[in-house]
Amino acid sequence: MQHSREFLTTAYRTMTTIRKFEDRVHDEFAAGKIPGFVHLYAGEEASAAGVCMNLNDGDYIASTHRGHGHCIAKGCDPTAMMKEIYGAADGLCGGKGGSMHIADLSKGMMGANGIVGGGPPLVCGAALTAKTLDTGGVAVAFVGDGASNQGTTLESFNLANVWNLPAVFVVEDNGYAETTASSWAVAGSQVERAKAFGMPGVQVDGFDFFAVFDAAKEAVERAREGKGPSLIHVKLARHYGHFEGDAMAYRADGEIEAIRKDSDPLKIFRQKVCAAAVLEDKDLDSIEAEVAAVIDQAVAASEAAPRNDPESLLTDVYTAY
Amino acid sequence: MSSDKILPLNMPKWGLAMTEGTVVGWLAAEGDTVSGKEEIVEIETEKITNVFEAPEGGVLRRQVIPVGEKAAVGALIGVIAPPTVSDEDIAAFVDEFQAGFVPPEAEQTGEEAAGQSLECGGYTISYRVEGKDHDRIPAVLIHGFGGDGNNWLFNLQALAQERPVYVLDLPGHGKSTKTLKDASLDAFTGVTAAFIGALGLSRVHLAGHSLGAAICFAMLARSPDKVASVAGLAPAGVGEDINIDFIDGFVAAGRRKELKAVLQNLFADPGLVSREMVEGVQRYKRLEGANEALAAIAAANFTQGKQVARFGQSLSRASCPVMVIWGREDKVIDPAQADALPANVVTHRLDAVGHMPHMEAASRVNALLSDHFRGAEG
Amino acid sequence: MTKKTFRQAINEAIAQEMRRDHRVIVMGEDNAGGMGAPGEDDAWGGVLGVTKGLMPEFGRGRVLDTPITESAFIGAAVGAAATGLRPVAELMFVDFLGVCFDQIYNQAGKFRYMFGGKAVTPLVVRTMFGAGFRAASQHSQTLYPIFTHCPGLKVVIPSSPYEAKGLMTQAIRDDDPVIFFEHKVMYDDEEEVPDEAYTIPFGEANIVREGKDATIVAFGRMVQFAKQAADELAKEGIETTIIDPRTTSPLDEESILESVEETGHLVVVDESSPRCSMAADISRLAAENAFAALKGPIKTVTPPHTPVPFAPELEDAYIPGPADIKAAVRAAMA
Repeated sequence: MQHSREFLTTAYRTMTTIRKFEDRVHDEFAAGKIPGFVHLYAGEEASAAGVCMNLNDGDYIASTHRGHGHCIAKGCDPTAMMKEIYGAADGLCGGKGGSMHIADLSKGMMGANGIVGGGPPLVCGAALTAKTLDTGGVAVAFVGDGASNQGTTLESFNLANVWNLPAVFVVEDNGYAETTASSWAVAGSQVERAKAFGMPGVQVDGFDFFAVFDAAKEAVERAREGKGPSLIHVKLARHYGHFEGDAMAYRADGEIEAIRKDSDPLKIFRQKVCAAAVLEDKDLDSIEAEVAAVIDQAVAASEAAPRNDPESLLTDVYTAY
Repeated sequence: MSSDKILPLNMPKWGLAMTEGTVVGWLAAEGDTVSGKEEIVEIETEKITNVFEAPEGGVLRRQVIPVGEKAAVGALIGVIAPPTVSDEDIAAFVDEFQAGFVPPEAEQTGEEAAGQSLECGGYTISYRVEGKDHDRIPAVLIHGFGGDGNNWLFNLQALAQERPVYVLDLPGHGKSTKTLKDASLDAFTGVTAAFIGALGLSRVHLAGHSLGAAICFAMLARSPDKVASVAGLAPAGVGEDINIDFIDGFVAAGRRKELKAVLQNLFADPGLVSREMVEGVQRYKRLEGANEALAAIAAANFTQGKQVARFGQSLSRASCPVMVIWGREDKVIDPAQADALPANVVTHRLDAVGHMPHMEAASRVNALLSDHFRGAEG
Repeated sequence: MTKKTFRQAINEAIAQEMRRDHRVIVMGEDNAGGMGAPGEDDAWGGVLGVTKGLMPEFGRGRVLDTPITESAFIGAAVGAAATGLRPVAELMFVDFLGVCFDQIYNQAGKFRYMFGGKAVTPLVVRTMFGAGFRAASQHSQTLYPIFTHCPGLKVVIPSSPYEAKGLMTQAIRDDDPVIFFEHKVMYDDEEEVPDEAYTIPFGEANIVREGKDATIVAFGRMVQFAKQAADELAKEGIETTIIDPRTTSPLDEESILESVEETGHLVVVDESSPRCSMAADISRLAAENAFAALKGPIKTVTPPHTPVPFAPELEDAYIPGPADIKAAVRAAMA
């Protein structure tokens, strides 16, 4: 294994942070402490971490309604994110966005997005900025299997190739668009779609951080070198429902148990790095303990956070009006 | 037909862009006897409302253009004739005029409005000249802070009946270069001297309004041999005080209402500030560099609320006639400042006039200027 | 200062801002024209030539032709705006909003609010609107009320070449997303337009004419018709004030209400369909805030609630004109 301890520690900390963040949101939502809709990313951690570890703050990503993992992987502060999900006045977006609209442009995070397929055109724009201003930056669109059928996504595949933009499209296929199976809803294959637009496309095992990281590395480098966009089709699975409160009647009996047992990206990562003897179980255990403390602190801070004054209803609509 | 006794009243042309005017009030009824120079009709242009005077005495026989109607420049708006001329002859005169009248083409007016320009002192200076055919000493009219050559719209043609008259847009103003290299009075005086030099004028009458008057005083101090006479209207450069709230407000105002309130300080009659006048100033202030230029001029010339340049007593050494015209209701520069002027400066104080005597009392100011210029020529 | 057309005024504003700020880019279908084609570059400069000449000066890197893919390129303009460029994107006809509206109202219009005031999206979407071109139902609509309805967007409707240049310059310098409506019948209108750059602030109405008897609020091309109507009414002794709000969002409510307070009569002239229109909105404004000043019914002048027809005689009947405005003023004052 050619990766350094520092790299692997960072990767595991990112994935663990996402997992513990989402598990905790699941619990707090069930306890009635979180308003609105939340869509959890637990089980998909290897994708966000594997892609974003190829990026820096000057690169941009656009995310989806299932965006917490992308935010954490791109460097958003988990406490500020948790506060946002609680609707706190000092949340990352002042409590005005909530779970589906977490963004931090200073970290290159262009926003989770409530509109399925909303992100890819925006990513074409971020990539155009990088190209026009010659920043050396790359922009990555995360979309789900559902969004892969939206016109915006397919139009963006075309435009990114026509304009030769430094963009990467990551299709996170967790098997379901809400309740509808991607095996039914997606005609053809994601990889063949990429080829039809004249860009490289690969399918990777989304439970394996290293598979995702390597594919993303190639795509990001290609974009950075001015060679144009690529597509990565990441096969993965979510541990929870479409949103919290989804009874998941459309899933097979035992499906989730099997995924948690055999296809958990954190477990697979642990096995690989321990087998390679780069990190030991105790190293990973201590990361988990650290992260648990961070999440506990994030929830405590969110519960204690100031709420919005009614006056703030009217602010932040325009820069000036 | 005794049409030689019939005097047409034609729509005057006030200002470069004026193509038509609206009769907003007849001050004499049909049948009234009027004397020469008597104000008989109020005309509204796009900039301002002004009164038009009877060129000669007689009976106002016909109001051709009724109140509220527009007419092109040069159109017949009324007829003056002695009572001896028959109604039939008046009617025939009107018919004949109307049959032959061709309004000036808009195209021509557009080119005319564009004026001329020359390069001097590192700026493109926009200017207009009228009366070039006359061989008297030319006059140069210099507008004030925030104004432009169009401020002389009621004066240019009247004064050009006798002599060449030049009006310029100072740097930072009108159609001249907006970005100033130096906003001091010295710099403006240098540009004005360069302008006169570039035109090849050896000696001129100078008339200036407000800050433009201070430029005239500075020109006199700098090049007395080139100056035949000086007239200062509501002059800066006399006393120390100036209504700095007006200056600051003029720079700061952006919206129509704010600007209108500021501009009303310029006139004894605030009703003279029309929608179009406000819009004209707004359009100027919006231009890239214009407001920055105004702020720089204010800072350089009205530092900490006081006038920087003061020529008061030095005018006693003037080698030529110096005249000052001040409205008694000037709300920008206090007319009491005239009391301290040396005895050689002839001062005219006008009742019911504010900071813009050349607009608000155009005919009186034109007569005073004309006499002053001619007097200086001996 | 020279006479310039509406088209030239917009082009000049964009060119001056592109010279001033390297972050300003232009994109749209055929905005240069001829991309990848064997013939001339800059073949069109947009379908009606508004952006012609920009590509030769600024290059293909800043004047981007796009495929016919409004969702992707309007969205790209939004994303580019959020990440450091100042795009001027052309939605050729506003009727095409149906294939890209999400990127405008759900993305561009909401970033700043959803992200807690931390995003700026300095985007201009130029778009052609209006009837009178015999362009039929899908190329002739007046849809600014739809955009006005959406918080986070600014909506601009210039009524003349002078207005167009100053408002476009402001639109490009503005840090919020601006939808800039260009009436397709007005491109060849001409008037004096300064050569220098200048900005006209948003949210300050232009008082086009002042009169004591009635207030006419009109938008875009309807301002011209209102002027014609007002000139004719003046001959009958009816003096009207004409207010051109210039922007429907922000809207200069104060100028409208002050004028209604003075005149007591209000007529709103709006080329958009009558329901949920600017005519309806401004009528509501006056009814709610100046009811006591009103001396008669508020009257609106709009097309009928139909698509824009093709047949010339039908389209002519569809578009409100000076005669309709005169009749409405008389009815308001009756």
